[in-house]
This record gives sequence, C-alpha cells and structure tokens, in this order.
Amino acid sequence: MKIIKEAVAGTLESSDLLVKVAPGLPDRLDIHIRSEVMRQFGAHIRAVIDDTLGKLGVTEGDITVEDKGALDCAIRARLQTALLRSVGDVKIDWEKLQ
Amino acid sequence: MKLRRSMLFMPGSNSAMLSTAFVFKPDSIMFDLEDAVALREKDAARILVFHALQHPLYKDIETVVRINPLDTPFGLDDLEAAVRGGAHIVRLPKTDSADDVRRLEAEIARIEHACGREVGSTQLMAAVESASGVVNAVSIATSSPRMMGIALAGFDYVMDMQTERGDGTELFYARCAVLHAARVAKIDAFDVVFSDVNDDDGFLKEVDLIRRLGFNGKSLINPRQIELLHNAYAPTEEDVEYARRVVAAADKAEREGLGVIALNGKMIDAPIVNHARRVIQSALASGVRK
Repeated sequence: MKIIKEAVAGTLESSDLLVKVAPGLPDRLDIHIRSEVMRQFGAHIRAVIDDTLGKLGVTEGDITVEDKGALDCAIRARLQTALLRSVGDVKIDWEKLQ
Repeated sequence: MKLRRSMLFMPGSNSAMLSTAFVFKPDSIMFDLEDAVALREKDAARILVFHALQHPLYKDIETVVRINPLDTPFGLDDLEAAVRGGAHIVRLPKTDSADDVRRLEAEIARIEHACGREVGSTQLMAAVESASGVVNAVSIATSSPRMMGIALAGFDYVMDMQTERGDGTELFYARCAVLHAARVAKIDAFDVVFSDVNDDDGFLKEVDLIRRLGFNGKSLINPRQIELLHNAYAPTEEDVEYARRVVAAADKAEREGLGVIALNGKMIDAPIVNHARRVIQSALASGVRK
C-alpha cells in the first residue's frame, strides 16, 4: 500500500489515539510515537504499529501516532483507518487487516 | 438458559466505550455502526468494531453488531466487518419484510464461506421500525433458521405511524405483534430503548410492562439501566418459593403415578409446572429481586 495523501484517524480522547499519515521521502518510513504510557508500553505499541504496517505492505511514508492509552485493537484500527483514507476509495482486503 | 434481558448499545466509533463496555456486564453488547456513528466516521467505526470483536475482553460476552441497512453504501462493508470479526449476532435495522432477512442471510453465508467461518454460525436479529415491519413480523421472525430474535425500534416506528412517544399506548399493537411473532418463531423478543436515562421511575414502569407482556429484554443506551433492568426481571423470593413448591408437588405426583397435581387444594397443570421451572432457572441465573 502506498500512502498517496495526508489522512487522519482517531481522537485525542482517553483510551484512543490520533494517527496522522502522509507521503514521506522516497524509500523512508518515519514513525513518530508519543504516548502517555510510553515508558511501560512503548515497545509494544511500536510492535503493533510495525506489524500493522507490514501486513499492509507500507514501506514509505510519515506516520505520527499520539496515543492516549488505547488498547492494541484500537491502535491497529486507527492506523488502518488512516492508511485506507490516505489511499482513497479502495476495496478493503479484510485478510490484511487481521 | 441464555438470558437476554439487557442488550447494551455502544457507539462503534468510540474507542473508550469499546474498551470498557464489558465491565458493565450486560447480557449482550451491541456495537452500533448505524445511527450512533457519524457519516464521516463510518469507515473508522467499522474497522474498530472488527478488531474489538476479536479482543479477549469480549470472549465471554455475547456480541451483536447493528449494521447499516444493505441498501446504503455502508451495509455490506459493515457486514464484512461483523462476520469476519466473529460477531455472534448481526442486527438488521429497518427490516420491512422476510426478503430483507433472506438477502442478508445470503450475504452472510457468502462472507462466512470466504473467511472460513462455519456457514450458519452467525445468528440474526431483525429490528422492525415501521408499520410494514410490524405487519410482517411473523414472516420476518420465521424467515431464517439463523434468526434468534426480533426487536421493536420505537422512534422510527412512531414516526411512520404519524404519532410520537407517550405513555406506551402508541406502541401497544406493535409490542404485541412483535412479541407474538417471536413466540410463533420460538425466538427472543426485545423492546425499545428508554431514552431518558435520568428517569428511573419511568424506566422501571416501562420494564414492568414489557416483562409482564413477555419480552425477553430490552435494548439499552446507558449502562446505568442494566442493574435496574436485571433486578426488575429477577423473580421475587415469593415467586421462587411458590415455584419450588409447585415443582416439588409435580415431582411427587409423578413418583406416585398421579395424573392430577394439587397444591393447597388447587389443581396445577403442565403450563404452571413449566412456568415454575422457568422461575427457578431464572433465579439460579440472576438471583432474586432486591
């Protein structure tokens, strides 16, 4: 999946997160994470983000995540939503969202 | 005995609510992708619910997804999310006829087959929200072996009937029609939401009415209503005590080979015994009324 335009998903409410994705520099995938629970769960959040990006084949772009203590399932969902919004109106491949 | 007294609506787009709803312990949680979700958040809600359904937090609770109608641009994608996510039940809003259910059923079977889920494992609930739906309630309720329940949705129904919510008179025919359809089909019946969450007395009055009519339960929009509802549905200590005496008398009569059962000089027949057994089961499942 190639990020074509800027897109946002989620909120800054507690137990949610805000994800912004944008086209980045060629061959670069930049991921910025801010979280209220960075110290305890930073590595885990990063792993969920990497896994989600990997399954969708995202290899370049600029990803910013502002986490407010969201569950894994919300992190996955918000990131996927932002990515799908960034590529416009596409048919969802549900297998890749698992 | 699966209790379905409380079916709690949760907006599918709200991450915080989806992360905590299980703690309220309703009998079923309904993730809403329809009216509670703004148009521009339909995509986000669908994906959030798809993942929430698979989260271990929800492994011990019955999950329902209210999808958008299939004739909207959202309905089929919602259905993909619900079925692939593993929802126990899909709730179809604005069901006007048995054909609506059959079309939904065909799409669900297609998705189950595509994703490797056992075909037939997703159950269905139809919400009737119009005069057509109420008039066709029996054919809707009996339209598919997947049907586990039929619900009345009050707001759209009263709009269609050119009236408004009041003391319940405006819903009397619809409630009775939906309830009879459910009993014909041997499925559960669910009453409308009570939207004034600060009016406990009004809520309990409505619960008392629908419980006596025979509804299995009610759709809820606020977790605060769960405990009130469960307590109102629990049998009283007197009910349980009487039920125990009825069952004991029935068991004694059976042991002695008697065809007629009497308790305190009154004849007791099979429906009374069956009801008594249900009261005892209900008390075992939900305790007695406080």
